[in-house]
Amino acid sequence: MLHHTVLRVVAKLLIPVILLFALYVQFHGDYSPGGGFQAGVIFAAGIILHALISGLDATMDAVPPGLLKILSASGVLIFAGVGVDTLLLGGQYLDYNLLLATPTSGQHLGIFLVELGVGITVASTMLLLYYAFAGRERGQ
Amino acid sequence: MNIDPAIDIVLLALMAVIALAVVRMRDLFGIAMLFSMFSLLSAGVFTILDAADVAFTEAAVGAGISTILMLATLTRTARTERGNGSKSPVLPLLVVFVTGALLVFGTSDLPRLGDPTAPIHHHVAPRYILESPKEIGIPNIVTSVLASYRGYDTLGETTVIFTAGVAVIALLGLRRSRRRRRGTTEDAD
Repeated sequence: MLHHTVLRVVAKLLIPVILLFALYVQFHGDYSPGGGFQAGVIFAAGIILHALISGLDATMDAVPPGLLKILSASGVLIFAGVGVDTLLLGGQYLDYNLLLATPTSGQHLGIFLVELGVGITVASTMLLLYYAFAGRERGQ
Repeated sequence: MNIDPAIDIVLLALMAVIALAVVRMRDLFGIAMLFSMFSLLSAGVFTILDAADVAFTEAAVGAGISTILMLATLTRTARTERGNGSKSPVLPLLVVFVTGALLVFGTSDLPRLGDPTAPIHHHVAPRYILESPKEIGIPNIVTSVLASYRGYDTLGETTVIFTAGVAVIALLGLRRSRRRRRGTTEDAD
């Protein structure tokens, strides 16, 4: 697997494009199909492609599982935290209208943050799942 | 000319062929690949139905990540499925046919696809379509519904994903760094 030149070259070209596309899907989800969930999966797919080409260990060095565990939890916390923030501002849970001066700008910010939380959790959890499955040794 | 029905028929026929092939096959690697194709075709069906967000998810998760996870699991298990011996296929066939007949019978009560008088188009959908540009102010109504109107559901889904990740790590564990386990890297790929 480590010596397939064509695979390595093609993957090197593709991985940055896939990651960039994931960011586009994440931050353009208000205007076009997509959002945090899809973006997270695409982002994870880009890194999994790296793991398939360069070996799991190289990827685990670049994107350590410990970091992913923290990210996986913090995505949910960002989402839930937005809700707590709106509670503190005197509204209902996840009522984004209160986040900024006008309701629609508050909705924009709320949706942006919430989708970011979804994206972070999905991307890191998908990668952790891959690490857990691919990292297992035979018969373990 | 509207070619959507023709594309539908081709996609659905290919999906049926793939489903039959999956049932017939014993090679798990091939089955994983066929599942991936099945997901990609259903992503095509969703695209025809103008459900771009769903198609996106199906292509990325169904055809992409879940195939990779199945293949990763396959490297740890046997490549071929064992036959079920000489058990009689009569009872399973009967169960499948009865269930299928009930499902087909159930669909006869459903409104036709795209029927404007269907209940689903008169519940909350008109509010989303008419009011979300004013209330939320973003063009993609799907995102408005998912992240704002149905924010609780999405929070729940995100929590489910997080919990699933926690459960998998609790059950399978994560391998440590390679420095201690140098010799096992080749078959981990």
